[in-house]
Amino acid sequence: MELTTFWFLVIAFLWTGYFVLEGFDFGVGALLPVIGRTDAERGQAISTIGPVWDGNEVWLITAVGATFAAFPAWYAGLLSGYYLPLVLVLAALIVRGVALEWRGKVRPAERRLCDAGIAAGSAVAAATWGAVFGHLLFGSARAAVLGGALSLAVAVLHGSVFLALKTAGPLRARARRLTPAAAVAALPLAAVSLPALADLAAGTAGAGVGAGSAGTAGAAGGAGWTAHPLVWAAAAGAVAALATAVALAWRRREGWAFAATAAAITLVAGTVFTTLHRAPLPGLTLAEAASGPYTLGVLTWIGLVALPFVLGYQAWTYWVFRRRVTA
Amino acid sequence: MDALDLARWQFGITTVYHFLFVPLTIGLGAFVAGLQTAWHRTGKEQYLRLTKFFGKLFLINFAMGVVTGIVQEFQFGMNWSEYSKFVGDVFGAPLALEALLAFFLESTFLGLWIFGWDRLPKRVHLACIWAAVIGSNLSAYFILAANAWMKHPVGYEVVDGRARMTDLWAVLTNSTALAQVPHVVAAAFVVAGGFVIAVCGYRVLRERRSGGADPMWRSALRGALVMTALAGALVAGTGDMSGRLLYEQQPMKLAAAEGLRHDTRGASFSPVPGVDVPKALSALAAHDPDAVVRGVEDLQRSFAERFGPGDYIPNMPVVYWSFRVMIVFGLTTVALSLAGLWALRRRRPVPRLLARAGLAALPLPVLAVIAGWLLSEIGRQPWVVQGELLTAAAVSPGVSLREVAVSLTVFTVLYGVLAAAEVRLLARHVKAGPEPAAPAPGPRPETAPLTPTLMY
Repeated sequence: MELTTFWFLVIAFLWTGYFVLEGFDFGVGALLPVIGRTDAERGQAISTIGPVWDGNEVWLITAVGATFAAFPAWYAGLLSGYYLPLVLVLAALIVRGVALEWRGKVRPAERRLCDAGIAAGSAVAAATWGAVFGHLLFGSARAAVLGGALSLAVAVLHGSVFLALKTAGPLRARARRLTPAAAVAALPLAAVSLPALADLAAGTAGAGVGAGSAGTAGAAGGAGWTAHPLVWAAAAGAVAALATAVALAWRRREGWAFAATAAAITLVAGTVFTTLHRAPLPGLTLAEAASGPYTLGVLTWIGLVALPFVLGYQAWTYWVFRRRVTA
Repeated sequence: MDALDLARWQFGITTVYHFLFVPLTIGLGAFVAGLQTAWHRTGKEQYLRLTKFFGKLFLINFAMGVVTGIVQEFQFGMNWSEYSKFVGDVFGAPLALEALLAFFLESTFLGLWIFGWDRLPKRVHLACIWAAVIGSNLSAYFILAANAWMKHPVGYEVVDGRARMTDLWAVLTNSTALAQVPHVVAAAFVVAGGFVIAVCGYRVLRERRSGGADPMWRSALRGALVMTALAGALVAGTGDMSGRLLYEQQPMKLAAAEGLRHDTRGASFSPVPGVDVPKALSALAAHDPDAVVRGVEDLQRSFAERFGPGDYIPNMPVVYWSFRVMIVFGLTTVALSLAGLWALRRRRPVPRLLARAGLAALPLPVLAVIAGWLLSEIGRQPWVVQGELLTAAAVSPGVSLREVAVSLTVFTVLYGVLAAAEVRLLARHVKAGPEPAAPAPGPRPETAPLTPTLMY
């Protein structure tokens, strides 16, 4: 495989990992005021992500670092192009991270402030990432709003399923009951926006990145259906996975439900990066953005050696903390 | 004021601020790991209490280092897109390696350490903090190697107006990096040492007022004094190396640091204005008292000939004074650690004066490292990559003055509030002191609450 394509896949993998992993972190954080009625319950909810959230966030750091190294012009254009939204993301991640770490080390009254910071930071970060990618793909404010709402809603659903999976007692029951409520927001948003995304990925519509490369577009959405069944299957699969997750969570099959929300996020991310592969930014191709073959080659070797270890010890962390958390 | 000025202010403020927390992450992490190892080896309760006490201070600080570090990684692309496009092929690689090889290690194993007290075998739990410490130190290596490349670019060629890496090994073993990495990492250990010395001093003074001080503070103090003295020797040695490299690689920075106007044979060194030590600068910089040290005005002339008209002289007063603050404050801290070791020799109790001096000296190493960064980065101006790219040409062309003003305000206000909160939180925990000895752990339940002392 060509190195440029390989590194694009690596970056897509890292972003997907970030959305799946920090997705439930964000969901748990955003749900905090709803799910935890007492201080102890909020502490219990946070303990489900406590050992892992920081490692999950490193997926973002690595995705961005890899983009810098492998596609400098993409990194530079994306980050300077979405300047103020990213200031918002950074501020949210700062508030959230500090609040998570400090929560157990402050006085009870101040803990409420930390909880508010965790909830607000998680919700804002989840929504803003969705908005940035929505706008990046479609180039419209409507897509930004829709992307933000979808991202937040799916994170909340993903988080509620994760809480049901990782807690015991009243919190588990409440998280399970919350799942359909979260789906009420997530499913319609997914049903509205994912066909548009599939359409864009199939190269038949859109004004943002899609238009930047697939300038010859113009055929009706239906044309993409036959031309690119895979992206349509991914979009339909994502909606179906979200619906399945709710049903599974309701039947207390929480592990499978979590696998379903994770699969939905993976499918959406896959479709997003299928589109970005043609043009990571409007008017920019991957080849133009890429670093030289030497850099890509040497990073490939180091990455291939290191990645199994990284994935291994992260997986081990999840294994160590596999038990449900009680109050 | 234009967007460039504000972007520079933002980078300066956010970077200096980030580096207030980094040294404690690097040095205090190792110190806590050392305490836990001592507990593991000796089984003495006092080491466990110290581990948990300093571990908590470490974690309060760690959070700030992490979240302010994310801003750093994004800022290159957000505010310095032309820089990022120019250097990404070379500079991006150590950043990607830092995330992959160091940050994952640090954050994953720290999570295991924080929550793994009653969940992991003792030995594995100890290994977790060491893995996290290795991660922190490794990250310092990668980012400092990247930074060293900006001062002394190696292992690359410029193709179509972009730097292309030709040799990663050369980038990672850049002579500038090999001097800078141990210099900065050891300085971090001095800062952490100074912090522990101050905390122990405070605890000794406080506990003596209400009876007697716990003997464990003397142990911790001794450990911190040894760490500071050893790290101090390394800082001084590598500082000398860096000085000689400046002479070869960054003569303008050296000249500005000394306020030397003209090329001078047997240049003298003035520790403070008005005092001149003959030939000392030549001796220090070139290890030859009769060597010629270049001066800013002569360098300006040759730079203008080579790179075209322009002002190639950095801000002289800032560079001159930060150089002195770095050396004087840094060496004072190291001298204090040596004096402290002498005062504590052969089971002597902690003298009041030492406890007080240690507490009073808390700001010194912090100010020294900040000054060191100002010397290093302002001394490189007007270049962002020495000899290749000017700072003015590196800024994001599409980011407006208004946008940078917004972000600068957001970060400054947020950072200010968090700094105040962090200082209060640290002070409160230092004042409260360590928790009393813990009772024996109960049996492991099938489902477990996750809220022991060090947790969230």
